[in-house]
Amino acid sequence: MESTTAVKKKTMTLVQAITDGMRTMLAEDENVLVLGEDVGKNGGVFRATDHLQEEFGEGRVMDTPLSEAGFIGAAIGMAVNGLRPVAEIQFLGFIYPAYEQIMTHASRLRSRTMGHFTVPIVIRAPYGAGVRAPEIHSDSTEAIFTHMPGLKVVCPASPVDAKGLLIAAIEDPDPVLFLEPMRCYRSSREEVPVGKYTVEIGKANKLQEGNDVSIITWGAMVPVASQAVKEMEAKGVSCELIDLRTLYPIDRDTIAASVQKTGRTVIVHEAHGTGGVGNDVLAIVNDTSFLYQKAPVERVTGFDSPVPFFGFEDEYLPTPARVKHAIEKVIKF
Amino acid sequence: MKRSLENIENQFEMFQILNEKGEIVNEDAMPDLSDDDLKEIMRRMVYTRILDQRSIALNRQGRLGFYAPTAGQEASQLGSHYALEKEDFILPGYRDVPQLIWHGLPLYQAFLFSRGHFHGNQMPEGVNAVSPQIIIGAQITQAAGVGIGMKKRGKDAIAITYTGDGGASQGDFYEGINFAGAFNAQAVFVVQNNRYAISVPVEKQSAAKTIAQKAVAAGIEGIQVDGMDVLAVYAATKDARERAINGEGPTLIETMTYRYGPHTMAGDDPTRYRTEETDNEWEAKDPIVRFRTFLENKGLWSEEEENEVIEQAKEEVKAAIKKADEQPKQKVTELMDIMYEELPASLQEQREEYEAKESK
Ligand SMILES: Cc1ncc(C[n+]2csc(CCOP(=O)(O)OP(=O)(O)O)c2C)c(N)n1
Repeated sequence: MESTTAVKKKTMTLVQAITDGMRTMLAEDENVLVLGEDVGKNGGVFRATDHLQEEFGEGRVMDTPLSEAGFIGAAIGMAVNGLRPVAEIQFLGFIYPAYEQIMTHASRLRSRTMGHFTVPIVIRAPYGAGVRAPEIHSDSTEAIFTHMPGLKVVCPASPVDAKGLLIAAIEDPDPVLFLEPMRCYRSSREEVPVGKYTVEIGKANKLQEGNDVSIITWGAMVPVASQAVKEMEAKGVSCELIDLRTLYPIDRDTIAASVQKTGRTVIVHEAHGTGGVGNDVLAIVNDTSFLYQKAPVERVTGFDSPVPFFGFEDEYLPTPARVKHAIEKVIKF
Repeated sequence: MKRSLENIENQFEMFQILNEKGEIVNEDAMPDLSDDDLKEIMRRMVYTRILDQRSIALNRQGRLGFYAPTAGQEASQLGSHYALEKEDFILPGYRDVPQLIWHGLPLYQAFLFSRGHFHGNQMPEGVNAVSPQIIIGAQITQAAGVGIGMKKRGKDAIAITYTGDGGASQGDFYEGINFAGAFNAQAVFVVQNNRYAISVPVEKQSAAKTIAQKAVAAGIEGIQVDGMDVLAVYAATKDARERAINGEGPTLIETMTYRYGPHTMAGDDPTRYRTEETDNEWEAKDPIVRFRTFLENKGLWSEEEENEVIEQAKEEVKAAIKKADEQPKQKVTELMDIMYEELPASLQEQREEYEAKESK
């Protein structure tokens, strides 16, 4: 964590830390602006932009018409014209009307114009299941965005990381999709530095040192994996827990160092297994550390079906029990 | 240089038959409805108001899940629906569950939809509708397709789709009405303009004075209707339906209405974005109150009749909740089984893995 001011701290939830990150940057840089559906007067459907319009005015915190393609396309145009828009998609599942703008334009304007134009936008989107939202509100489709070169994809799991990564994303010269685990919005609190600091994009965080197994995960699965790790520790298995924090570009060095040390790897993600980011992690293990592995890599993922309606979403999501089962499997191999 | 915007906008006057006091102000437009029809419309509106109240209460008790309140919008929803026939195909938004119920969706299934049970999305045979759309605008282009299908298959039926004032900002809205116009689809597009898309007032959605006028750019008919006047909504929809079937083209109907409650029951707080004054102003236009006055003046409605409907609604809600409670819980394996006509090997493997987990 790089800090530019003396570190005073305040207790915050993850969503409060995100608000604080936006507030910090709105105050710091007059080109930063926030836009999206209900982000102004209402402070966002999750209250992530609470009070920002009051503080910075309608010109800086803009309620847009209900049109994702419209406000993401407009954000790209604003960025081309020197602004630094931070757009909110209400739920990741609603991003697809804007998919074309993101995949074809935000991602490629730099390369198509040989760097003449860049697109320094941030697209914030709550993602994932577990909050009893109606159908289509629970997607965890990060992989379809990491697939497109030109975008960065960030996914914090803690309040401190959320604020630091968000500020880094806003300052980043390239487009960043900023995925917020909605299940973790208010589930825990942490002391968060007041004022401006950044957490480097592209760097994983080792949450716990261990020797027997490396558990690699991110976002809303961090607490799930963490619970499994605790329970395995009690059984005498020493786990190293890694929160990737950035899904593109992935921190290869941290992964390689860990899995070379432990020789056993479990990857945990909420998204469908097929085509998931876990496969990229697996490829990194293979490319960097194949001969160090004492067991085949295990993946604990969502199944290849849409996240079920909330009536039984818990049945779908990876649980500490499933993670523990995978850890036991790689240990016993 | 001739400018046309002002001219065009001013032509979209709100169509009304029954005013706020329950008086007929547009005798010529009075639809041909029997006394029984009039009473049935009243029954449905009262029933739906009670259903809304019960649904909100059940949600608060944790006995229902996702719910988007409907009070205030009965005339828009049920007046337009009353103009339909069984063969007409509905593509509703998430707030349009009442139209589905009156089209034949059993109440217990509506409750299952609210609870996040797949059976709630499974229309019974003969109920021509898709389940409520969550993605704003997606149903509108699809409605153009259903309407083209009606024409191609020579059906005397239409596609009707519903969205809100916010929905009219989506690309899909413009694409859908344009597409329907280009193919002369048998389709009717209803925008229930309840003034707010969650918190965003309609004035912020568009510089256009009306949503109805957006029809002009698509080359189709557009009409703005008093959405608190069930007779006007009925008449406008009936006319649009007939013209669509006669090959005279699709219609965009904007109904001016209001949702009294929160956006949904998931934590929306309307006091953040609406004033009590505006609430009161709209509640004074209430669709049920004015229609009741109209019927009472004609000697067609009494307190006893209304109480009967209220009791019936309460009883039926109770029975439907009981039936919903009796449905077996769903499993992820069942979801896997309905993903494809044939289960791919990868899913088969996951199914086995899951079952092993289930048996643990
Ligand atoms: C594509 C998409 N974007 C955003 C949302 C979130 N959302 C749900 S309802 C709503 C407002 C809709 O307002 P309006 O169309 O006016 O209909 P109303 O709810 O007032 O009936 C929004 C933004 C969504 N469901 N789908």
